[in-house]
Amino acid sequence: MKRFCSVFLCVVLAALCLFGCGKKETSTLTVEAEYPRDYEGTVLNVYNWGQYISDGSEGSLNVNKEFEKLTGIHVNYSEYDSNESLYTKLKSGGAAYDIVIPSDYMIARLITENLLQKFDVTALSNYKYIADEFKNLYFDPANEYSVPYQFCYVGLIYNSTMVEGSPDSWGVMWDKKYAGNILNFNNSRDAFGVAQYYLQQDVNSNNKADWDAAFEKLKEQKPLIQSYVMDEVFNKMEGGNAAIAPYYSGDYVTMKEVNPDLAFVYPKEGSNASVDSVCIPASAGNVEAAKLYINFLMEPEVALANAEAIYYGSPNTAVTSNPDYSLRGNEVIYPPQEVVSKMQYFQNLDPETLAYINNLWNQLKIS
Amino acid sequence: MKKSSFFSRMAVAPHMVWAVVFIVVPLLAVIYYAFTNAKGQFSFESIFKLRDYLPTIGLSMWFGLLSTVICFLLAYPFAYFLSQKQANAQRTMILLVMLPMWMNLLIRTYSWMLILERNGILNKLLTLIGLGRPNGFLNTGGAVVLGMVYNYLPYMILPIFTIMSKLDRSVIEAAQDLGGSRFNVLFRVIFPLSLPGVVSGITMVFVPSVSTFYISQKLGGGSFLLIGDAIESQFQSVNNFNLGASLSLILMVLILISMAIMNRFTDDEEGGMII
Amino acid sequence: MKAVSRFYLALVYVFLYAPIAVLIFFSFNAGRSTAVFEGFSLKWYGEVVKDSATLTALQNTLVLAVLSSIAATVIGTAAAVGIDRMRSKVLKSATMSITNVPMMNPDIVTGISMMLLFVFAGRLLHVNNVLGFGTLLIAHITFNLPYVILNVLPKLRQTDPHLEEAAQDLGCTPLSAFFKATLPSIMGSVFSGLIMAFTLSLDDFVISYFVTGPNFQTLPLRIYAMTKKTVKPDMYALSTIIFFVILLLLVLINLSQARSEKKEKALRQ
Repeated sequence: MKRFCSVFLCVVLAALCLFGCGKKETSTLTVEAEYPRDYEGTVLNVYNWGQYISDGSEGSLNVNKEFEKLTGIHVNYSEYDSNESLYTKLKSGGAAYDIVIPSDYMIARLITENLLQKFDVTALSNYKYIADEFKNLYFDPANEYSVPYQFCYVGLIYNSTMVEGSPDSWGVMWDKKYAGNILNFNNSRDAFGVAQYYLQQDVNSNNKADWDAAFEKLKEQKPLIQSYVMDEVFNKMEGGNAAIAPYYSGDYVTMKEVNPDLAFVYPKEGSNASVDSVCIPASAGNVEAAKLYINFLMEPEVALANAEAIYYGSPNTAVTSNPDYSLRGNEVIYPPQEVVSKMQYFQNLDPETLAYINNLWNQLKIS
Repeated sequence: MKKSSFFSRMAVAPHMVWAVVFIVVPLLAVIYYAFTNAKGQFSFESIFKLRDYLPTIGLSMWFGLLSTVICFLLAYPFAYFLSQKQANAQRTMILLVMLPMWMNLLIRTYSWMLILERNGILNKLLTLIGLGRPNGFLNTGGAVVLGMVYNYLPYMILPIFTIMSKLDRSVIEAAQDLGGSRFNVLFRVIFPLSLPGVVSGITMVFVPSVSTFYISQKLGGGSFLLIGDAIESQFQSVNNFNLGASLSLILMVLILISMAIMNRFTDDEEGGMII
Repeated sequence: MKAVSRFYLALVYVFLYAPIAVLIFFSFNAGRSTAVFEGFSLKWYGEVVKDSATLTALQNTLVLAVLSSIAATVIGTAAAVGIDRMRSKVLKSATMSITNVPMMNPDIVTGISMMLLFVFAGRLLHVNNVLGFGTLLIAHITFNLPYVILNVLPKLRQTDPHLEEAAQDLGCTPLSAFFKATLPSIMGSVFSGLIMAFTLSLDDFVISYFVTGPNFQTLPLRIYAMTKKTVKPDMYALSTIIFFVILLLLVLINLSQARSEKKEKALRQ
């Protein structure tokens, strides 16, 4: 038995050996703003979505490492998987993060609960690169709390070998021809959103009758649904296991690289827009370093590297006007104005409505 | 005997302290939330809402029971055959049972999805011999149970195996000498002796499988609402800690009752009885 | 009977290893998909060995799993001995019920309730940023404990209590009687408890999410967070490396054991 206990030690040792393999790379990054080394030796706690930064993989720029080199600030980088997980963690107050990147409706909620702090965004020299249409958004009308990081839209992904013609309406998700080949979101807000856009409703309604009507639509759709999915959608659509799925624009681009049969459309009834913005929590301990970091994220080269790595839309004009940007002018990532004008943002709903939706959602699953 | 009982009282002490601080205190927080409303006032509000969740609770218990039974049926012969091997081979083989579980749960589940998908490996193989199913095997209750069985099987095999591996050979030989058939020896002698291990295994499979959520979400195609999912969504999407807490409290009570029923049959207190 | 036994064992192993085979296969994918194989490549192995964030997370995971499983095994084995000798049935079952709570609660409930406890304790002690490695370790030990106890307890019931008494009669102290008489006979189950605890700790993400802080991220947390985008085959490559390293170790240990056993036999003759 003693020998077997040594297995554990050996595994640990073997894994530790792996760490010797990391290579040192030289930096060729040019930055526009000045980064004083006043905060050298301090620690910056960054809390971001998973795989939501250019991290040096596949020859890309390692944003955090570059920031460390430039400023001498140590970046403690960790990740969350949903706005709600982030919220619970911030609300508890057990850990002080200096940078968080929540989505629109969650920023609204965090502001009302005093979990974010104001900072002067115009004092950040690179803020000039942020496009005007991403300023003064509903959750931060005076640009006091947030700087937009990446954005995306919900659209309809379909497999052109399995779907006839080119659909232009959410209605195709109710087409009996495609029974068993349709996917829908496996989270209540997004799934209801699909039905609500189809019904031409306000997705932020607090009228129960609206939600009931959307619920009836979803119930009608349920027999046609193959499964309710989130991240599984990649494997399903790439492998040709389903014909139609609503998902985020940037993620479609990654799927299309694997399966060229896939196509994308923004339904004519409109759909959902979402922006993730960089914020500083109220409990942050290293605010000055956080501001440096936010300014750094808006550097043209850094923002470009992030946009190339994440495949979502960049609100940074230095990126969108850069001729080397591989997704420049991509109509899925950057749809024309007439499409964008029909989009809605999710807003933070009151607890009663949230509970009501969740109840309907559970009923849908049980039915 | 007196000395030893003092010693054993000391032995359980660190665990007792640990359990009070890190289990009982958080449990009190759960109970507090279960019996208050969003404003922090005492209320039965969330307890009354539980009625809506009866089908969900029923389904979770059913899936948990099913996967426990299947795990037991798979694990018992496995542990028996394994215990007949040489000591040296046994140790390696038992670690090989656990090894797959050292790979990440999410990646393991993705792999199962690829196997069970309509264009998946299993369906392609079965189509070759004419047994394929046009929609594959995913998104069914069967797929959910399969996922549970897969992930919890080692937790059934290990405790049964450790008991079987050192069963008193002389007892078994005596039974055989007395003319017991192989079948009789297995059921009359080996099974009763291995019962404590079986009880442990059942506990370690049934209890966590009732409250699981990830496996059912992925393999069930999101079309099954299990109690784990319902609780998760209360804490995450709705941010209603009160209802989440009362749901998990009722779940706990139901599990304790099931354990008590099991103990009635096995006359064993390992699983823990009434609160 | 031997053939049946072999066939059955093999069948269960095939079941256990089927998804692992798929995982290994896709780690060699030239494309970035984990569903469509686009050709053979070692690209993702190159990516993962220079991904310092992932390697740090792996290191964290292993340190946490080793420490928490050893601690839980020590506390849990001692507790099992104590529980086994309890004379009051009510006390016994009450202790077991409490012990099993972390197993009964969905992970999210255990995670959030422990987080609330730690934050509350942190406020009492005036510690900001209480969440981190320490709290993570405590949480892992807590949810590992029932598994260790449930493994050790049945074995204790099987062992002969007179053994320890005899040892004491021969002049051993109660403690040394335990180590010399009882422990060797329950070693197999202690070991089962240890590897179960190690396994659970290695794979947990829900509880870990809530009780960890900004400077300690584990591999499951990192992988789970990747689902905002998609999990790339680099994680499959990492899993494959881990898998074969462990497998190699198992084979080596088995061989060396077989050899030493042969030597012993030869010496005896």
